[in-house]
Amino acid sequence: MSEVKREDTPVLETRGLGISFGGLKAVQDFNIKLYKGELAGLIGPNGAGKTTVFNLLTGVYVPTEGSVLLNGEVLNGKKTHQFVAAGIARTFQNIRLFKQMSVIDNVKAAFAKDIKYRMGAALFRTPAYWKAEAAMEERALELLDIFNLKEFANQSASSLPYGAQRKLEIARALATDMKVLLLDEPAAGMNPTETAELVECISIVRERFGIAILLIEHDMSLVMKLCERITVLDYGQTIAEGGPEEIANNPRVITAYLGENDDGEDGENLA
Amino acid sequence: MGEFLQTLFVGLRLGSVYALIALGYTMVYGIIRLINFAHGDFIMVGGYTLIFTVPLMTAAGMPAWMAVIIAILVCALVGVGVELIAYRPVRKKGTNMTALITAIAMSLFLENLAQAIPAIGPNPMVAGTFFESGGFRVAGVTLDYTTIYTIAVSAVVMLLLYVFTQKTKMGRAMRCVSEDKSAAILMGISVNKTVLTTFAIGSGLAAVAALMYIAQYPSVYTTIGSLLGLKAFVAAVVGGIGIVPGAMLGGLVIGLVESFSTAYISSSLTDTFVFLILIIVLLIKPAGILGKNVGEKV
Amino acid sequence: MKKTIRRGYLVNTAVLVAVYILCVVLANVFSEVSNFKLILTPSIWQCCYLIILAASLNLVLGFMGQLSLGHCGFMAIGAYTAALISLAFQRAGVYDEKSGIVFVLILFLCVICAGVLAAMFGVLVGIPALRLKGDYLAIITLGFGLIIVNVINNLPFAGQNGLAEGVASSSLYQNGLGFGTTAKVTYLWVALAVTIICVALMFMFIRSKYGRAVRAIRDDEIAASAAGINTGYYKVLTFAFSAFFAGIAGALYACSNSTLSTASFSFTNGSILNSTFVVVMVVLGGMGSLTGSIVSAVIMFVLNYQIANGSWVSSLPGFIQGVFTYPMLVYAIVLVIIIMFRPKGIFGTYEFSLLRTPGEFVRWIKGLGGKKKAKPEGKEAAAQ
Repeated sequence: MSEVKREDTPVLETRGLGISFGGLKAVQDFNIKLYKGELAGLIGPNGAGKTTVFNLLTGVYVPTEGSVLLNGEVLNGKKTHQFVAAGIARTFQNIRLFKQMSVIDNVKAAFAKDIKYRMGAALFRTPAYWKAEAAMEERALELLDIFNLKEFANQSASSLPYGAQRKLEIARALATDMKVLLLDEPAAGMNPTETAELVECISIVRERFGIAILLIEHDMSLVMKLCERITVLDYGQTIAEGGPEEIANNPRVITAYLGENDDGEDGENLA
Repeated sequence: MGEFLQTLFVGLRLGSVYALIALGYTMVYGIIRLINFAHGDFIMVGGYTLIFTVPLMTAAGMPAWMAVIIAILVCALVGVGVELIAYRPVRKKGTNMTALITAIAMSLFLENLAQAIPAIGPNPMVAGTFFESGGFRVAGVTLDYTTIYTIAVSAVVMLLLYVFTQKTKMGRAMRCVSEDKSAAILMGISVNKTVLTTFAIGSGLAAVAALMYIAQYPSVYTTIGSLLGLKAFVAAVVGGIGIVPGAMLGGLVIGLVESFSTAYISSSLTDTFVFLILIIVLLIKPAGILGKNVGEKV
Repeated sequence: MKKTIRRGYLVNTAVLVAVYILCVVLANVFSEVSNFKLILTPSIWQCCYLIILAASLNLVLGFMGQLSLGHCGFMAIGAYTAALISLAFQRAGVYDEKSGIVFVLILFLCVICAGVLAAMFGVLVGIPALRLKGDYLAIITLGFGLIIVNVINNLPFAGQNGLAEGVASSSLYQNGLGFGTTAKVTYLWVALAVTIICVALMFMFIRSKYGRAVRAIRDDEIAASAAGINTGYYKVLTFAFSAFFAGIAGALYACSNSTLSTASFSFTNGSILNSTFVVVMVVLGGMGSLTGSIVSAVIMFVLNYQIANGSWVSSLPGFIQGVFTYPMLVYAIVLVIIIMFRPKGIFGTYEFSLLRTPGEFVRWIKGLGGKKKAKPEGKEAAAQ
C-alpha cells in the first residue's frame, strides 16, 4: 500500500463485488477503497473485466455478489441515475455524447437533477425558471472554460474534434456534481499532444474539485505518471494492487500482460 | 365438446395462415432488423394475382390452386422490388426509425396503388373456390378439406423452410448475415444477394398464405393485408421475432386466441385480445416466447 | 444574450396576439360571406387540430426519438371524452343552445378534460410500453392504439356509429358538442386560442430542462442515465404530455365534426386522420422541429384539400387525376423520397423564428445564386 494521506471513510468502497453472466464469473471479489482527492488506476489486459467493474460501479449491471458503498452508504439495487445522484459519474470507452445537441446543452443536460424548478415553472416561464436557467448557464460556461471549450459552446457536439469530445464528456460528468469520477480509457485514440492536454485537464479537475478519480487506461506511461495507486485485473480477479513502481515490477502483472501461455486474449467480449 | 373441437380447428387453420405470414416478417426482421410493414400487402398482391390467374388456369385445364405458383412469383418480384427501390437506399443512409417509416410508407403505397389500378379498384372482388367442398366428420364435427389442406400445407412449408435454413448453403448464409453482417461479408457471403433471397422467399410465402386465406374467406380487397398482416406480425413477435420456429408457435397462439375469444367471449373484442397477448408477452419476455434477451453493450 | 431572448419572446407573443386578433376580427367581419363560412372556417378548424396533433407527436417521435404508432388512440380518447361530457351537460339541461358564457365554460372544460384523460391513458400506456425500445415500442404502441379504438367501439355508451346511446348514426352536433357552420365561425376564436396555447406550451417544454433531458435520451439513452437523467421518468412524462395534447386535438376534432366514429382513428385507413398520416406530417416537417410540424400540418391539409376539391385538378392529365383520387399514394411516395434524401425531414431540427428566419432566408437565397448545388448545406449553415 502506498502512502497517501487519507481520511477515515473512503469515498468509494467495494466489498467483494462480483458478477457472473450465465455461470461465467466476469468479475469476482473486487475490493477497492478510494479516498477523497485520490487518483487510482485500474489496469489489466483486454477482457480482464475493467469496463464491467465500471458498469457495476454505475449501476448499469446489478452485481450478483458484494456491494458498492459511497461514503459508507450501500448503493446496491439502485438505478444508474440514482448512482449518479449519489455521486458517481463516468465517461465511456467509446465516446457517448448527445451528438445532436449543442456543446453547452450537453453540459446543461447533466445538471438536470440539480435544477429544482418544476413543470409548471417551465411551462409558464416563472421567475424560478429564469433564475435556475441563468445560474445553470453560468455554471455550464464555467465548466466549459476549464476545458477550453467555451468558444464552442453553441456548436453541435458532433462537430467537435475528437480530443475535445473526450474533454466534453468529462465536463458533462463533472456537471453531475459527483464525488467519484470514473474515466474509461480517456486517452484511447488520442495523439500524444491530445494526451498531454488530457493529463493536464485531469490534474486541474483534481485540484479544483477535490474528487476521487478512478481511471481505466491502456497507456501504461499515462497510468504510471498519473495514478498513485493501481489495481490490476486479470480474468476478473484482482492480481495486484499498489503503487506504480510496485506494479511495474510485480511478476504476476508482467505475466498477465506478456503472457506465459497463448490464451491471453480469451474473454475479449467481457470488457 | 363439439363446439370446442370446432373452435380448435378454426384456431389451427387461422394459426397456420398467420404462421405462414409471420415467417415472412420474421425472416426479413432476422436479416435486416426491419419490420416490413408492407409484408401484409404482399398478401393482397398474392390475392389479386390469384383472382386474375385462376381463370387462366382453369382454361388450361389445370386445378385452380395451381395459380398459386404464379402468385408466388409475382409476390417474390414485388418483395424484391420493394427492397431494391425503397428499403436498400434508405438503409444505407438512415436509422432504424427511418427504415421503419419507409416500410409504413411502402405499405400505404401498395394499398393505394392497388386501388388506383382500374382493373382492381376500391371494391372487394370475389374469388372462386380452390378446393373441393365437404370433409371428414370427426367426433361430430365436420373437418373440411380447406382446413386440412391449410394446416397440412403450412406444416410442410414450415418444415421445408426449417430444413432450408439449417441445411442449405443459402440458408446458412442467411443465418450468418442475421448474426453478424460484417463478419458475413468477410466470409465472402454476398449480403445483398442473401437479403434479396430472403425477401423473395418471405414474399412467396405470403402468396401461399393468400391462397389459404381466400380459400376460406373468398373476398379480396386492397386492405385485406393490413389487419391480417398486423396480426401475423404480432404472431411473429409473440413467438420471438427473427426465429423461424417462433413464427410457427406465435401463429398458432394467435390463431387459437382469436378463435377461442371469438367463440367464448366476444367477437367484436377479438382484436383487443390479440393485442393484449402481444402486450403481455412483450412485457414479460420482450424478445418473445422463444427469443433470447440481448442487452445493449456499454 | 439575455436581451435577444427577451426580444424574441416579445416579438413572438406580439405576432401571435396580432394573428389571433386579426383572425377573430375577420371572423366577425366576414361571418356571413359564404366562402369564409363554408370553406375557410372549417379549414382553419381542421388545421388547428392537425397542428396540435403533429406537434404533439413530434415531441415523442422527433425530440425523444421514440416511434409511437398509436397516437391517434389518444386523440380518440380526447374526442370521445369531450363529446360525452358535453352531451352529459346538455342532457342535464345545463345548456341548450350553443351560446352563452355557460357553454363557453363547458367547452373549455371539455377540452381540458379531454387532455387530462388522454394524458392519464398516456401514463398507463407509457409505463409498460416505454420499457421497450425501437421496433418493439412501435409495435406495442400500435397495439395499444388499436385496443383503445376497439374498446371504445364496444363501449355501450359510445359505440361504433354515433354517440346517442347506441342509436346508429345519430349526429353528434344535434345533440352535443359538434358545431355546425355558424357555430364554427362563432367559436373560431376558441380553436385559435387553444392551438396557440398548446403550441406555446410545447415550446416551453422543449426549451427547458425537460426538453434537454428528452433530447439527451434521443441522442444516447445510456449516456443520458449516466448524466443523472431519470430516463424512465422523463420518457413517460413526455409520452403523457404528448398524449395530453393529442387529447386536446381530439376535443377540437369532436367540435368540428358532426359525427364521431372510431373508424377515423384507426391505424391505417384512407382518411386524413390516422396514426400513419400523423407520422407522415411529422417526418415531412422535420423530426425535432415544432415549427416544421406546424408548417407541414398546414401544407398537408391544403394539399389534401386541393387534391380533393381543387378546380385545377380537372385540368390535369387523366392519369394524374386518377392518382389524385388516392392522395395517400402521393404521400407515400413523397414520404419515401424525403426519407431517402433528408432522413430527418425537410426542416430537420431547424426551428423557424420570426427574428432569425427572414435574415437566414435572404442569405440562403443569395447562397443559391452563388452556388446552385449548395441548397441543403446553405440551409444547414443558416440554421446554426
